[in-house]
Amino acid sequence: MTALVFLIVYAGVLAFLAGCVARALTYARMPAHLRWEIYPVPHEEPERVAYGGSYFEQPRWWTKPLRSHWVTELRFMIPEMIFLKGLWDHNRSLWYRSFPFHFGLYLVAASMVCLVASVALTPAGVELSGTAGVLATAARILGAVGGAGVLVGALALAWRRLTAPEVRNYTAPGDVFNLIFFVVTFGLIGAGLLSRPEGAPGAWEVTRALLFFDTSIALPKLLAWGLVAGSLLVAYIPMTHMSHFIAKYFTYHKIRWDDVPMRQAQRLAKEIARYLSYRPRWAAPHVMADGRRSWAELAMLNPAQKGDQ
Amino acid sequence: MSKFTRIEEMWRPDDRPLLHLTNEDLMPLPPPLNHPSLDRPWTPLTEAARQQYECRLDDTCAVSVPKPKSPAEEAELVRKFLAGLDKLFAREDNWTFLQPLVLTLEHCARCQTCSEACHIYEASGYSELYRPTYRSEILRRLYFKYVKHGGLVSAWQHGDIQLNWPLVARLIELAYRCNLCRRCAQVCPIGADNGLVAHELRKLFSQELGIAPKELHDNGTMLQLKVGSSTGMNALVVKDNIEFIDEEISEKTGIEVRTPWDVEGADILLIHNAGEILAWPENVGAFAVIFTVAGLSWTMSSELAAYDSVNYGLWYDDVQFARIALKQIEAARKLKVKRIVLGECGHAHKALSVVADRILLGDANIPRESALTLLHELIMSGRIKVDPSRNDFPVTLHDPCNVVRLMGVVKPQREILAKIAPKFREMEPHGVNNYCCGGGSGFAIMSGNNFADWRFHVSGRKKLQQILNAFQDCLDPSIPKYVCAPCSNCKGQLRDIIKYYGLWDSNRILYGGLVELIVNAMVDVKPGFIDWEWH
Repeated sequence: MTALVFLIVYAGVLAFLAGCVARALTYARMPAHLRWEIYPVPHEEPERVAYGGSYFEQPRWWTKPLRSHWVTELRFMIPEMIFLKGLWDHNRSLWYRSFPFHFGLYLVAASMVCLVASVALTPAGVELSGTAGVLATAARILGAVGGAGVLVGALALAWRRLTAPEVRNYTAPGDVFNLIFFVVTFGLIGAGLLSRPEGAPGAWEVTRALLFFDTSIALPKLLAWGLVAGSLLVAYIPMTHMSHFIAKYFTYHKIRWDDVPMRQAQRLAKEIARYLSYRPRWAAPHVMADGRRSWAELAMLNPAQKGDQ
Repeated sequence: MSKFTRIEEMWRPDDRPLLHLTNEDLMPLPPPLNHPSLDRPWTPLTEAARQQYECRLDDTCAVSVPKPKSPAEEAELVRKFLAGLDKLFAREDNWTFLQPLVLTLEHCARCQTCSEACHIYEASGYSELYRPTYRSEILRRLYFKYVKHGGLVSAWQHGDIQLNWPLVARLIELAYRCNLCRRCAQVCPIGADNGLVAHELRKLFSQELGIAPKELHDNGTMLQLKVGSSTGMNALVVKDNIEFIDEEISEKTGIEVRTPWDVEGADILLIHNAGEILAWPENVGAFAVIFTVAGLSWTMSSELAAYDSVNYGLWYDDVQFARIALKQIEAARKLKVKRIVLGECGHAHKALSVVADRILLGDANIPRESALTLLHELIMSGRIKVDPSRNDFPVTLHDPCNVVRLMGVVKPQREILAKIAPKFREMEPHGVNNYCCGGGSGFAIMSGNNFADWRFHVSGRKKLQQILNAFQDCLDPSIPKYVCAPCSNCKGQLRDIIKYYGLWDSNRILYGGLVELIVNAMVDVKPGFIDWEWH
């Protein structure tokens, strides 16, 4: 049974990675769109970022060097990624629910990194001690706090989905299921770890066994179910809007903050030239698409002038 | 009628509107309009309009889609809609906005953070139908069902939808209940863009079904491509009008101005929103005065579409958008100018400077510059000398979304005002967080049926609240007040809403552009450029 659970875990992790890569590639391979930025753009000059200004504010902006400031961008990105600053600023009541959930996930992820590092630092047959011991303790604390955050956050978010009038209209059964899935998974893993009998493997032992495919350990039932649920959950995430951690890279860096002027984008110019050779099929008469004309040709036509009609 | 509209009501087969608003429902306003009874009564839709057009969304009708005459015609329109939906998500057909659209539909968490940022939703008294996520939810469900071909599992995951003509008819109208100001997108934690969804729906209806408001298409882009300007003026008429403006302004200011036309090799090609020439000639004249005094090398072009910076395609149709942008660029190339300077027109700024940027390849990418930065340079360098005491009246500044939030030109106009208007005060919020005037995305020129009533009561209400709040300490009609709006479209909306509520008569609130304030303060000019008359 342990072997089966482990195989499910490996499959779940692989499916997660493959799903994330596939989703990221899908978005990355989409054509570059027309410029559509929104200010403030945080990689602008720091003094302009403060009020949302852009390089367009400079007279003859095209003659001035345009610099992208990654430090100011990070100054925006880190509070957003770690503390969900946008939600704090614009939707405080949701932040109280969403932050424990998301920050809890980060802590759980950090806990798993600590566990792997601790196992890696502990040769077979040697007792857990030193740095490895500290990491194992850190993993326990991070895991406990993070897991509790995820549980509380997911319950609070599910409650909002079910009761708040502003979201009820937009809540599909799948939205509630997603959150309950987290509750069940973290509930099972937590209960499995807390209720395991004396001498039964804990998180550290399970991590070690997973890393070395050691199927000799006897997994407590609840914990085994928790691992199965967790594997299914991670495999499922990239198939849903919960993979917005991938989407955010594109929505921020490739849309909202993409202010590179065409004069400085030689590679993009080649791509755009290719898009302009596409043959659109729009059917309205004024578009004048006939399946043979390219975007570039259509843009040069004038539906209001007789010669072009 | 409840202000809560369930998603399922969108495909309700009857003709009854989903929402009816009264003044009591709306966001309260400050004095002198601080009670629903002080508000204006709504003009109801006429029975004739209800009989003739699809008006089953709310109290108004912006697009005036004729009612289909038979179920077969309805079915054909639905079929066309589905064909358009397919194209909206195909890279060959919609490379221009495919990536942001898909990301929005697949990842919006419907957390409603954007709702609080939407002036239309707030002003309507939080009517569900006007939530930025409402129309997106419809498109999302259609996308998963008909484009991704989701079955029962997809419906369970994303919500189900029933496609019929009533749904399409309502969606056409709902696409025109958004100003495309993208304030919602600015606050979205995921980076989803529900403003873009409205834009893409408009595109689908225009490019596939040929459905768009007459003001934007027939009398907008088509007229501009036919005669050169959406005002209907051809090059001869424009030149005539400008000549007349030059004469008037020369007499009024004491500065002899003569607008140069088609000067090859000039430094600047100045393109105005041609609506200024007809509605606000003093704005066009003020530019001529400033450029003349500053000794700039400039010209205007009499080429098709190049004497009118408007590009209504920005709001509803990518193909029309590209055609107009390319005509404007072609005129600049022909004259061999070094740069294009865009006059006080917000959407023209964004259209030509930002959105068109990526289709201007090679030497077609002629530099485009905002008039605001040029004016800033002229004032700050001392080339234009000003006496701020001539502008000794309260001034507040409206931030056109397309210039400020969507282009990042924020500070130049403020620094100019700080130098020329001693009683300048900001409205709240301001800068990139400011609200749309309510006329954005074409609404300012759309008044079919009773749509103007809707934009005064709903889409323009937040701006009205901001203006009244900015002037609360000086509402007395003995004190003239000036709302500075460096954008033609915004001025059109402000003109209409100030007139609608009688705020010039009751409180002496006037509106105008930035250049009028500059010329009013110029020491080289006869005093009293601003007339303080309603027109």
